[in-house]
Amino acid sequence: MRYLPKSPAEREQMLQAVGARSVDELFRSIPETFRLRAPLPLPGPLSEAEIIQYFQARAAENSRGFVSFLGAGVYSHLRSVVTDSLVQRGEFLTSYTPYQAEISQGTLTAIFEFQTLMCQLTAQEVANASMYDGSTALTEAALMANRITGKSRVLVARSVHPEYREVLRTYAKHTGIEVEEIAYQPSGELDRAALNQTRLSGAAALIVQSPNFFGVLEDVPALAEAAHASGALLVAGIAEPVSLGIVRPPAEADIVAIEGQAFGVPPSYGGPYVGVIATREKFVRQMPGRLAGQSADDQGRRGFVLTLATREQHIRREKATSNICTNEALYALVTTIHLCLLGKEGLREMALQNLSKARFALAELEKIPGVRRAFSGRFFNEFALEFPRSVKLINAALLREKIAGPFVLGRHYPELTKRGLVCVTETMPRAEIERFANALRRILETPL
Amino acid sequence: MNSKLTETEAPARPGEPAGMIRKAGRHVSQNEGLIFEKSAPGKRGMELPPLDVPACNPAAALGADFVRDGIEGFPEVSEIEVIRHFTRLSTWNYAIDLGMYPLGSCTMKYNPRVNEYVARLDGLATEHPQQSAGLSQGCLRIIHDLKECLLAITGMDAATLQPVAGAQGELAGLLMIRAYLESRGNPRKKVLIPDSAHGTNPASVVIAGYEVRNIRSNDRGQIDTDHLREFATEDVAALMVTNPSTLGVFEERIHEIAGILHERGALLYMDGANMNALAGIARPGDFGVDVMHLNLHKTFSTPHGGGGPGAGPVMVKKILEPFLPVPVVVRTDDGRFALDANRPRSIGRVRAYCGNFGVLLRALAYILAYGPGIRQATEDAVLNANYIRNGIEDAYDLPYKLPSMHEVVFSDSRQKRHGVNTMDIAKRLIDYGFHPYTTAFPLIVPGALMIEPTESESKEECDLFIAAMRSIAAEAESNPEIVKTAPHSTRVGRLDEVAAARKPILRWRPSDEDRRPETSAVGLSKGPRP
Repeated sequence: MRYLPKSPAEREQMLQAVGARSVDELFRSIPETFRLRAPLPLPGPLSEAEIIQYFQARAAENSRGFVSFLGAGVYSHLRSVVTDSLVQRGEFLTSYTPYQAEISQGTLTAIFEFQTLMCQLTAQEVANASMYDGSTALTEAALMANRITGKSRVLVARSVHPEYREVLRTYAKHTGIEVEEIAYQPSGELDRAALNQTRLSGAAALIVQSPNFFGVLEDVPALAEAAHASGALLVAGIAEPVSLGIVRPPAEADIVAIEGQAFGVPPSYGGPYVGVIATREKFVRQMPGRLAGQSADDQGRRGFVLTLATREQHIRREKATSNICTNEALYALVTTIHLCLLGKEGLREMALQNLSKARFALAELEKIPGVRRAFSGRFFNEFALEFPRSVKLINAALLREKIAGPFVLGRHYPELTKRGLVCVTETMPRAEIERFANALRRILETPL
Repeated sequence: MNSKLTETEAPARPGEPAGMIRKAGRHVSQNEGLIFEKSAPGKRGMELPPLDVPACNPAAALGADFVRDGIEGFPEVSEIEVIRHFTRLSTWNYAIDLGMYPLGSCTMKYNPRVNEYVARLDGLATEHPQQSAGLSQGCLRIIHDLKECLLAITGMDAATLQPVAGAQGELAGLLMIRAYLESRGNPRKKVLIPDSAHGTNPASVVIAGYEVRNIRSNDRGQIDTDHLREFATEDVAALMVTNPSTLGVFEERIHEIAGILHERGALLYMDGANMNALAGIARPGDFGVDVMHLNLHKTFSTPHGGGGPGAGPVMVKKILEPFLPVPVVVRTDDGRFALDANRPRSIGRVRAYCGNFGVLLRALAYILAYGPGIRQATEDAVLNANYIRNGIEDAYDLPYKLPSMHEVVFSDSRQKRHGVNTMDIAKRLIDYGFHPYTTAFPLIVPGALMIEPTESESKEECDLFIAAMRSIAAEAESNPEIVKTAPHSTRVGRLDEVAAARKPILRWRPSDEDRRPETSAVGLSKGPRP
């Protein structure tokens, strides 16, 4: 087998050295009754060429050739080939968590840069080395707010990504955290009237997302003020962080939970992605996840180490701030390289292109009779539309045009039937936007 | 031993016996500052195609209050600078691709390159998790095929591939146990954990709403069944056991342990972190395990990537199937695949979408490469561990002497007499060209040296490792200082971790540039380390 570096003769020599007559003897501590005699019923072995064939066949069964207007938490953006070539260096790809700092300075330095970039983007003071993704980062932010305030109720906007809210509920259920949902208003923003002081008082946190699941920007400073007035923290989730290239950062939030996928990570059917928690310095000891910090050796040379580990499970066990161990380090590196390449100007330009293309697309789509925007709030690169018929029917027809159409909002919001989410990033050529609009017009002109 | 090796032998350093370091040679590494320190206004490393629609004015589109100015301190560098920066950084890392990485419990094995290739295929990397099942048949089949393979390997009945790390798998498994017991009237209060367990176990137990009760190992490092009988009371929901244990030893009475729990209505959870000792040899489903997780980034070779990503599928017996996280990949009558989210008894979601799909497909590529031959990998992993045990057993103290499986745990008690501890030995291994083993874990072995070579190491690499460990043991007696002050060959020496934690510097700030110590690794005032 090509991955195994031993010849039959070497195996024999090694067995002899350990004084075993056969390989079976090495497994003598497993009771006889539990030792398998027959080979496992597994497909293979396959050569490299056959493995590639298997996966190419699977790739052909997916959406190849379709143009997609899906966002809903996962965004398609331009990536440089440089990123992928750098992260495939074995020294990054095949190294472990950098506990042995002297021979892990590459990873540690990159993590320190990642933490810095995340702070710069969010206008927060500290950021961790990564969480699994946006859904778990937001959830961990809620648990963190609970630890900081000692209060057990969290208010979460219904306009937060529905799957993020589901994850929050799973984690909250047995940690004594009560989750209460806050409605949205016709603009698509959180309903401030529903957020009266009675509900806020005694709450650990108000949790919002901006842009929210409908693509609408929340008024973070005002929400922070309302939360703070009642002693609650404001947790701001960001699922489309390219918006931070042009949109005001959530500086007033106490904890920011990011999904970093939009920064150079391919959609890959849901993962791996990269979550992050950024917060104020005073809350750092309540943060989950690893942190890299600057230090020096005995000769004063700068170096980086994993630090404040007394928060973590391998030291604190059941008293740890989280059970997270493995994180998404390689994708934090992807994000870091991608952002270094884009740089200050590139990120702003990318954000502006998104802003412009989404507005162009909305204008084109709103020209179609019966199609109008569902919410009136400020938006970045994603917006909800109201259609004259069910989005499922429209999508079925769009499939014939090789278009993966709007995200069906009715899936998670029963009151939002005939509404769908459309996302347009800088990757979408104008011609495809126009083709989408034309196809939609034709579909809606055809009687049911 | 091998005359070719003398060419690359490391030069002796002051006080160091010549010719002992055979694996590592001298290597020039480039100095490099932080990316922010290379930034200058107007540089960029990526250009976008021109905008093909009218440009909008952000203040008009969003309102001036919602628009930000440029991001202060954000890097501005060219493409070649990015390439050099990260390439230089990469050379400061040790990696599996450079040599043995014997971290016990971490299973640092070869990460096949074809897995990286297929994960990037157009039609797989490009797929959106919210696209319809009709457009995702290939992805769903990959998840389904992997699930079938993992069920065959573990002998379990059903699985979720949604958890994205071992710790998340633990949580999902515990929540399923809780939901199951709740459905029978009483979720109970406690989860038992042996003192040799990974730290994630107790941390996950707390999130699942249970209390941790530690149980001790007996003098052979095995779960004390008498102690278990005493502790497995009516309010115990489960025992979380790592098998083989973190000592690398199979729990010989695992079936009896399962029996004790089942008798009292509790379940047996197995932490599958050490499945590399069992794949193809024995199936947890056969020896009484009710629920377990796997670490695909350990046993199934998906790269660790400097700390992640991973995946932590959870395998369960039939009784727990109704409680699996949603959605579940199902095969419909017409042979097509679908996502079933309509499962009222489910514990809910533990992560958005279907988990770390890109990790799942790499694991499937790994399993397909071996097929039933995965048994050979397990055999080689166990052979390597025993070969190393045999090679250094007379130089280091072996506190638990039961047969080793895929890893072996020594203690530093003999070297301690000379003032040398496990961390010193670990750091000295770096000079010999190896990544250290796992230090100071499991907690039941004071001063532990936890060594897991995996099947990816050749006899030659194992021999070099044995020679290095023996040489260090000799140094600990003859020249303990050289061990205590190791490593001597790296860009930086041991870093001050206490200072780093006392006054944490967790990000770069523009003003830091002025305060940079002149003797930093980027400066040359003291020159690179010898």
